[in-house]
Amino acid sequence: MIGWLNTLLQGVMLGGLYALFAAGLALIFGVMRLVNLAHGDLIVLAAFVVLALMQALGLSPFLAMLVAMPMLFAFGYALQHALLNRTLGRDILPPLLVTFGLSIIIQNGLVEVFTADSRRLDAGAIEVASVHLGGGLAVGTIDLVTFASAVGVILALNLLFYRTELGRAFRATSDDPEIAQLMGIDNRHIFSLAMAVAMVVIAVSALYLGMRANFDPYIGPARLLYAFEAVIIGGLGSFWGTLAGGVIIGVAQTVGAKINPEWQILAGHLAFLAVLVLRPRGLFPRVGE
Amino acid sequence: MALLEAHRLTAFYGDFQALYGIDLELKEGETLAIIGANGAGKSTFLKTITGLLPAAAENVVFDGRPIGGSPVAEIVRLGISLVPEGRRLFPSLSVEENLRIGAYGRRDSGYWSLPRLYDLFPALGERREAASQTLSGGEQQMAAIGRALMSNPRVLLCDEISLGLAPIVIRSIYAALPKIKANGASVILVEQDIVQALKVADRVYCFQEGRLALSGRPSDLSREKIHTAYFGT
Repeated sequence: MIGWLNTLLQGVMLGGLYALFAAGLALIFGVMRLVNLAHGDLIVLAAFVVLALMQALGLSPFLAMLVAMPMLFAFGYALQHALLNRTLGRDILPPLLVTFGLSIIIQNGLVEVFTADSRRLDAGAIEVASVHLGGGLAVGTIDLVTFASAVGVILALNLLFYRTELGRAFRATSDDPEIAQLMGIDNRHIFSLAMAVAMVVIAVSALYLGMRANFDPYIGPARLLYAFEAVIIGGLGSFWGTLAGGVIIGVAQTVGAKINPEWQILAGHLAFLAVLVLRPRGLFPRVGE
Repeated sequence: MALLEAHRLTAFYGDFQALYGIDLELKEGETLAIIGANGAGKSTFLKTITGLLPAAAENVVFDGRPIGGSPVAEIVRLGISLVPEGRRLFPSLSVEENLRIGAYGRRDSGYWSLPRLYDLFPALGERREAASQTLSGGEQQMAAIGRALMSNPRVLLCDEISLGLAPIVIRSIYAALPKIKANGASVILVEQDIVQALKVADRVYCFQEGRLALSGRPSDLSREKIHTAYFGT
């Protein structure tokens, strides 16, 4: 019994990681209806940036991430401004093609610079530490910190979206880009800021991706898939939905692995399919859609 | 000098030409009405002024300055604000947030503010926290006008603000017009309701199939003249 409770708890914690992956994707899709096929690769890119900063400056992973954040913010703004804004329009195909190409470029670029070796962000003692919750329940410290970070990121995004002028502009542009311009909003600047904020979320995702497991330049697309599934399970109505989506996939994976280690990945996808069948619009759909 | 001028303004939707050289001028403090049948080009005209449709710079002159085809957000900042046809409030924003976002492109600290808008349209103050889609049609129209006023425009463009509303609601919306004008906005109304348009306008322009068919003071225009200009012969 305790074994199963522990499994559930692990699943919830793992869901925090998937929610982090999903939050950045949901932000971009929510504001500008851009399906970013390079999202997973951007997370891996950010992990390599953190790794490079750790090595160059001798920093811990957490500090390296803090240093990487403003760099990635600027990179996100520039990427949207110089490239992705040009792909947005009535036709949905150009953004898909361009981000797919970007995904390939990032993977090959990373192999050129960092080789195809597996890497890890070495966090030291925290990696093996755990917190005992009593009654035989225990959870890894890093798992707990991951989940807490996911909750923190989603809280921060909610504050940004629902309590600030920029957030109002994000939501208005998402609702009706044509009328948003009539309010004096420069849509392209808003989109670039959204991608910049998404890159900050990606920096947090990259930190936990790299501390919890090995990564190499090719693992981006699989993370993208989990992120998509979490976003779709959650529906497009709220960031909390992406947390719910992440937790559902995380729990399904750990429960599946407990029954049979081969079923881990499959169980996550099955949970996703089950939600699609029962609630095609996700658990927290957008109002009016 | 006119505040806003259109010179030989044309507009296209792809290969389809919607406006064929419109000349129009709005003087400071004036209220103009543009009337005409469906498809006459009235809304197209407003969209071209706001930059939503392309125009050559010299075809739209605001305060002596050519602005045709400038970015939409820039034109708002200069002081031209549109109340769009069909109201088009932002569904995921509350009533008050819709009004606040209207101030995003604000030029300076002008007359209009949230308390003054709630004073102008008390119904909005009572429903400030409501989701915009739960408002009645008339309240939505008030919110759309309020949102446009929040940028403190010098020119307020109103596209079919009486469309689909009961006569009593239309009267209460038009009752706000004198106060809006008194606080620094000149107004262009696009209206299907000719009686309403003639009542409030200083001058009337009638469009027909993308061309100017008639213009003048309401008192100088006979019913027959308007009828001919409206429907053609």
